Amino acid sequence: MEQIFMKGCEAIAETAIRAGCRFFAGYPITPQNEMPEYMSRALPRVGGTFVQGESEVASVNMVYGAAAAGTLAMTSSSSPGISLKSEGISHLAGARLPSLIVNVMRAGPGMGTIQPAQNDYFQASKASGHGGFRTITFVPGTLQEAVDLTYLAFEYAVRDHNPVILAPDGFIGAIMEPVTLPDFKEIPETPDWAAIGYGKRGHINLIKSGGATEAEQQEINESAAKLYERWTREDVMVEAYHTEDAEYVFAAYGTSGRICKSAVDELRDRGIKAGLIRPITISPFPYNAFKNLDDTRVKYIIDVEMAIPAQMIEDVKMGVEGKIPIETVLSSGGNIIRTSDIIQKTEALVKEG
Amino acid sequence: MEKIYTRPNALNKSVSGYCPGCMHSTITKITAQVIDELGIGERTVCVLPVGCGTLGALYWNLDMVISAHGRAPAVATGVKRVSPDSVVFTYQGDGDLASIGLSEIMHAANRGENYTVLFINNSIYGMTGGQMAPTTLVGQKTTTTPGGRNPDTDGFPMKMAELIAQLTSPVYVARFAVNTPAYINKAKEGIRKAFQNQLDGKGFSLVEILSNCPTTWGMSPIDTLSYINDNTLAEFPLGVFKDREEEQS
Ligand SMILES: Cc1ncc(C[n+]2csc(CCOP(=O)(O)OP(=O)(O)O)c2C)c(N)n1
Repeated sequence: MEQIFMKGCEAIAETAIRAGCRFFAGYPITPQNEMPEYMSRALPRVGGTFVQGESEVASVNMVYGAAAAGTLAMTSSSSPGISLKSEGISHLAGARLPSLIVNVMRAGPGMGTIQPAQNDYFQASKASGHGGFRTITFVPGTLQEAVDLTYLAFEYAVRDHNPVILAPDGFIGAIMEPVTLPDFKEIPETPDWAAIGYGKRGHINLIKSGGATEAEQQEINESAAKLYERWTREDVMVEAYHTEDAEYVFAAYGTSGRICKSAVDELRDRGIKAGLIRPITISPFPYNAFKNLDDTRVKYIIDVEMAIPAQMIEDVKMGVEGKIPIETVLSSGGNIIRTSDIIQKTEALVKEG
Repeated sequence: MEKIYTRPNALNKSVSGYCPGCMHSTITKITAQVIDELGIGERTVCVLPVGCGTLGALYWNLDMVISAHGRAPAVATGVKRVSPDSVVFTYQGDGDLASIGLSEIMHAANRGENYTVLFINNSIYGMTGGQMAPTTLVGQKTTTTPGGRNPDTDGFPMKMAELIAQLTSPVYVARFAVNTPAYINKAKEGIRKAFQNQLDGKGFSLVEILSNCPTTWGMSPIDTLSYINDNTLAEFPLGVFKDREEEQS
């Protein structure tokens, strides 16, 4: 298949259209403006709709409306904008509406900087809004992976009747790489649960994000919990790179993950047995990848994140269950982790013995 | 015998749970009658707010989407844009539309979204127990303005119909009341026009309807009728603030 050279945000947008997305609403924020801009050009060409919302709040609620009417819909933003969208994300999860939210993460908290970061790990993996819901959350490490995961995200959204989050860091959103794009999907018929008018259906559809009674709300929560459970068994995605014999194992995702990969190669050239566990889903988190590490062999886990304080480390600890010491190499503020820092840290640990 | 009055088909058979004397019932009924008379029930989507109007989920015999508080215009935008053959309307209270959802309503109106907005202005937050709304009258006592609304600190009642009529896109913006039979008939005609405009693809129509809240106003339903007459109408004049049709003719 043909490879095209594309920018991260544009590759995600184009893939979304190929996956069947026909509605996009968003509000400008760096570093993801290429996504709404691309959608404003490309969606009308396939009969889709682009709306520049007056805010992130409005945009995500437009997505809620489009999804309620049975159209595959998405929005994108970056960290501060995702905070505003959290209301709508919670409602999407409460109403169990298929949709995609892309968070091209920048440094935080607050206004932070517009540069790439991984400061939204907690928000993206655990609490993208109130009420204790979950999403499948993908963290791509290459543009090809971003493309593949975007396509998969819509399949999962439809399969699970749930919003899916794609959380590339700003670096992934901004870089250009060759990608192979998937085929255009056929647009399915409007699903029979959609609110478009009862027509010949014989009953009305009511889309709502809450229970009418305590009992109904608990049932909604229990059925969601079953879904979340199933993800932990079936949908965990993780890459293990040279972990078979590794004595020093990096835990890193997204851009940090790809930098760690280079560090592994370089350390191995220097005779140090390094490896990498790179979560591709951070929800569900690949706890077993860490649990299954041989603690008689692995001397250290080195958690590498573009977030200070580290966030994913909490999940790593849960997986490791205290059996292996954990060290960190961190950056934040928009500073990209340097391979040399990772190597230095590892060599220092090796020296310590 | 000829049946001349019956429950509209756009409502189901449940007994209304609105407080006795609450005009949500009246407004819901005349809206349902319009939907029946236009024969559009099977393709109508009602976008509900957060507020007492959410109770409509129990009564409307229509497809419905309940939105987050204030976001109904954004939700309706999503529905109508992807399903243009659906007839879409929002049904929003004054806290929902004029306070937390101010941004959403202004921008939906400014985009000229081709749907219908019913704005039920009872000058108070009914659902949450009677707090001040942006539309609360000067001097009106609420649970958060125990000394009456003080314009020095709380500002003045917001006149949404007049504000929205300033925008270029909306095609029809009007305010009605339902505290007399004659007013009810006029309000129904306004609602009909607001739906007809959508059916004709003309664009955004907003009908504001002055309502009551006997429970949180602390009045008998009958007293609310004269209260509206003496106080609410003085602040919120009835009328058509914008009608693209008349401008052109
Ligand atoms: C985000 C959010 N904030 C606050 C509330 C609480 N709340 C529910 S209804 C309501 C006000 C409703 O008042 P109004 O829109 O005037 O409608 P009414 O009940 O008077 O018909 C509020 C503040 C909420 N549900 N969600």
